[in-house]
Amino acid sequence: MTSVTVEYYAQLREQAGQGRETITSDADSLAALYGELRQRHGFRLDIAQLKVAVNAQFRDWQQAFADGDLIVFIPPVAGG
Amino acid sequence: MSRVTIAAQPVDTNTLRKELQQPGCGGFCVFEGWVRETNEGREVSGLDYEAYNELAIGEGERIIDEAVQRFGIADARCAHRVGSLAVGDTAVWIGVVSPHRDEAFRACRYIIDQVKQRLPIWKKEHYLVGESSWVACAHAPADEHDHAHQG
Repeated sequence: MTSVTVEYYAQLREQAGQGRETITSDADSLAALYGELRQRHGFRLDIAQLKVAVNAQFRDWQQAFADGDLIVFIPPVAGG
Repeated sequence: MSRVTIAAQPVDTNTLRKELQQPGCGGFCVFEGWVRETNEGREVSGLDYEAYNELAIGEGERIIDEAVQRFGIADARCAHRVGSLAVGDTAVWIGVVSPHRDEAFRACRYIIDQVKQRLPIWKKEHYLVGESSWVACAHAPADEHDHAHQG
């Protein structure tokens, strides 16, 4: 099991009812982790609409993650 | 010093301007994005921005590096507000300096376009009538319909 911190922003934060949580998972990729969390929190955004960052760097969905990582799923952005 | 600021309070743009001023530069180009009173036909009363600050600053720095590489500008700054904004407030400020105006204009345009597409910043609009909603205008390529709120 891997222990990571996940931060939520925008609609994901509202749907999760929290901005941050520490979780343990045996998911083998970031995509699988999002799948688990989506089921738990009822996220409506599909993975195709998101990007993912680990420790403030964009990553591929198929990459694994390590103990202590900070993982952020990035909903469609709207700056400017 | 970081060239990118994510600010919870209004930004002192005079300070940013002074940081950019240098004797080798004859061109200074600014883009300001303001909160507009309508978006896609709906009357907007205000909006909330939130950002993943660390990644937004990192990505903003990369965008400015790209602009320096591509256009040969001397320097640039980008400031983006977070928190609650009202109609007329400045949401984003981009300033670019270069020896001549052409590269300053082009780099300024490049930076604002990339900022809108790439910075992890989210906007919840509040309307005079109806429920507030998160605006989704990106991860779209530059040539798609622009849902941008201003600019």
